[in-house]
Amino acid sequence: MQLTRSTGAKSGWTNDRSDRCAQGGFSAHALLPFDARWTRGLRTHPTGSRTVRDEERQQQLQELLAKQAAGELKPKDRFAIAPQAMPEQDPSVRRCNVSEVALGYTKMQARLEAMRCLQCKTAPCVQGCPVQIRIRDFVTAIAQGNYPEALDIIKENSLLPAVCGRVCPQEVQCQAKCTVGLKFKDVEKAVSIGRLERFVADLDHGEGAVPSVAPATGKKVAIIGSGPGGIVAAADTRRAGHDVTVFEAFHKPGGVMVYGIPEFRLPKAIVEEEIETLRKMGVEIVTNFIVGRTRTVDQLMTEDGFDAVYIGVGAGLPSFMGIEGESLVGVYSANEYLTRANLMKAYEFGKGADTPIAASKRVAVVGGGNVAMDAARTAVRLGAEKVYLIYRRTEKEMPARVEEVHHAQQEGIEFHLLQSPKRVIGDENEHVKAVECLRYELGEPDDSGRRRPVAIEGSEFEIELDTVIIAIGNQANPLMRQTTPGLEFNKWGNIVVDENCKTSMEGVYAGGDIVLGAATVILAMGQGRIAAAGINTYLAGK
Amino acid sequence: MSHKIVSKRQLGEEVFWARIEAPLIARARKPGQFIILSINNDYSERIPLTIAGADAAEGMIELIWQKVGKTTAELADLREGQSIANISGPLGTPTHIDNFGTCVCVGGGIGAAPLLPIATALKAAGNTVLTILGFRSKDRLILETEFAAISDELIVTSDDGSYGRKALVTEPLKELCERDPKPAQAFVIGPTVMMKFCCEATRQYAVPTQVSLNTIMVDGTGMCGGCRVEIDGKPKFVCVDGPEFDGHLVNFDLMMKRMNAYKKQEQAARAAYEKHRCKIGLDE
Repeated sequence: MQLTRSTGAKSGWTNDRSDRCAQGGFSAHALLPFDARWTRGLRTHPTGSRTVRDEERQQQLQELLAKQAAGELKPKDRFAIAPQAMPEQDPSVRRCNVSEVALGYTKMQARLEAMRCLQCKTAPCVQGCPVQIRIRDFVTAIAQGNYPEALDIIKENSLLPAVCGRVCPQEVQCQAKCTVGLKFKDVEKAVSIGRLERFVADLDHGEGAVPSVAPATGKKVAIIGSGPGGIVAAADTRRAGHDVTVFEAFHKPGGVMVYGIPEFRLPKAIVEEEIETLRKMGVEIVTNFIVGRTRTVDQLMTEDGFDAVYIGVGAGLPSFMGIEGESLVGVYSANEYLTRANLMKAYEFGKGADTPIAASKRVAVVGGGNVAMDAARTAVRLGAEKVYLIYRRTEKEMPARVEEVHHAQQEGIEFHLLQSPKRVIGDENEHVKAVECLRYELGEPDDSGRRRPVAIEGSEFEIELDTVIIAIGNQANPLMRQTTPGLEFNKWGNIVVDENCKTSMEGVYAGGDIVLGAATVILAMGQGRIAAAGINTYLAGK
Repeated sequence: MSHKIVSKRQLGEEVFWARIEAPLIARARKPGQFIILSINNDYSERIPLTIAGADAAEGMIELIWQKVGKTTAELADLREGQSIANISGPLGTPTHIDNFGTCVCVGGGIGAAPLLPIATALKAAGNTVLTILGFRSKDRLILETEFAAISDELIVTSDDGSYGRKALVTEPLKELCERDPKPAQAFVIGPTVMMKFCCEATRQYAVPTQVSLNTIMVDGTGMCGGCRVEIDGKPKFVCVDGPEFDGHLVNFDLMMKRMNAYKKQEQAARAAYEKHRCKIGLDE
């Protein structure tokens, strides 16, 4: 869908590249408040076309509702409703800005999409949700136009619906189980639960009530890390009346949601609101504080008076491939590339921001997950002319969300599948000039159930490049292990916890990537919640 | 919290010293550790600087830096009473301090700053401390008095002969290595090229040598990997595995290239800053 926008750039990092854009002169910052306004709750779309369509949708909805009221609405009527497409920025436009790609449903779209739900008695979607949101019930509430109720239902189980609606891999969770999708034998035709979640979450913009806090217990809880798990653990322990402090190593809270996931996929304003809610609840947030270095877990508990600790420090060390040339200039971990671009705003280097990033022309990203897609799409936005994504299996095995894969392809990223770098080749200045790749074929399934890629001997070929970004996952950060003697770790360096997310140390709980290895926002959130419940029980008995 | 600069002075050409409020870091830091700072919140870059000294009781840390890029130049323009928005630390693994016997401490240029707390701790641990400080010229000489106070022997060199002995630090280093008994341990901190040649020298005499690397960093906690260096052919992260390494295993040539990755941008940013600075009249 082509959107026409009239916002002119006020200060453009894209001005010098406007020739690449269908409509030049987009600016990350000029657009932000505008986008935030209408993707997060503004009723009318800036273009007339969407309103016209919404009138048609309204008519369709009225007919369906009338049928339903008369008790005549059949599943076949629901199947006949077209899946509602997500309005998006046009690929040629969004290549040149960092504003959010997916613009959000209108009310009419949301209600029609919700009408597609069969309201199955067994609600298989709920089983597909890592935190068991009552999906059928909130979707029904949206169909009825009862948005506050829909949001209340979601918030029973998930504190961050605006985030999860955007970044959860719904197609392998709730939507994978959806009867509608199964009926069409196509998960993409399942009810778009994530988009509906986002829709109601965005309507809540600025009006969300601050959760109530129980009377003070006099107990102190330290939350280490301000990512999704930390935010949830902080909110839940604070609600129980404890005195809660969140410690963040970076200068800004939000964890992976601010340094990793790009603005075009998850606007920072959403994360800032969640942090602000914590502050309003009375949670103290301390930045530039590295637990293990500034103070250890032991010191927090024995000297600083904390009664319980939640460790949600995230993954940490980026993995490299261990191939020749990986330390050459121009080889980045995705973590570094994304941190420079997101948190440090390197896309505005020389126009306010002080953090530089390579001015790349030809970029290869190695990997097939969400982080790889984020890095590749960021490289496009930073002005790269050619961006390749090199992955050693096929598109089917890619761990990335389907939507991110589609978006990446739409933005012109060239997929090199069944290939993997054998070595990085440098020029006389030790700067990347090419990668030598091997071709692969799929063999027998491995431990992960995916077919193992097998290198084809003698299939080497070179791709000329100036930048390589490695996005093949992370290892556990050793800092906690080095500085917390009482804590038990597994052989991969992840913290060992029980079903309540309790560690081997009394009063110490942990969750998210430092426990699970590599996980998702929703899994981290789920563990934050379990750990908080554990902490609340532990402190009640203390 | 922001961090107030309580006192500041210029030590030499382009070299500055400041005493800054950072009570938690002052309490926790050990020799060999560093901090990462950013001057303002939103657009400033994060730069690593070694802690040159600290006073835990008063909650102060001392930093010494040389103007290189925009941030170090901007830092030099801050006045007493002004603040730095973010300082995180202490980062990195502390130096292993022991009673080795006789230690040679070699500091080149601004490298003398991180060397001082290490040499001080070595002296306190009962070592005989032989110090070599090298500078380009007399106007860049720093910390001579401080090192004189804790060294059993102090040799100062300058490249142009304007102060002390006209030599590169490798010359007196070799002489000390030839003594009998030879030094048990060397600690070398300075420009990458200097560390490289010092390590080549000590290798000939089989004197174990610790170097402290000051690579490009973003987060400083192991998350980004931008600081990685090749140690014995394997990638290591300076921020969590270091900053100190066995100098005989470091691939200095590759490190030098990586250090220059943003040279052009760094120079352009500083030039733009200096130009802007003249306009707003900070130059009084």
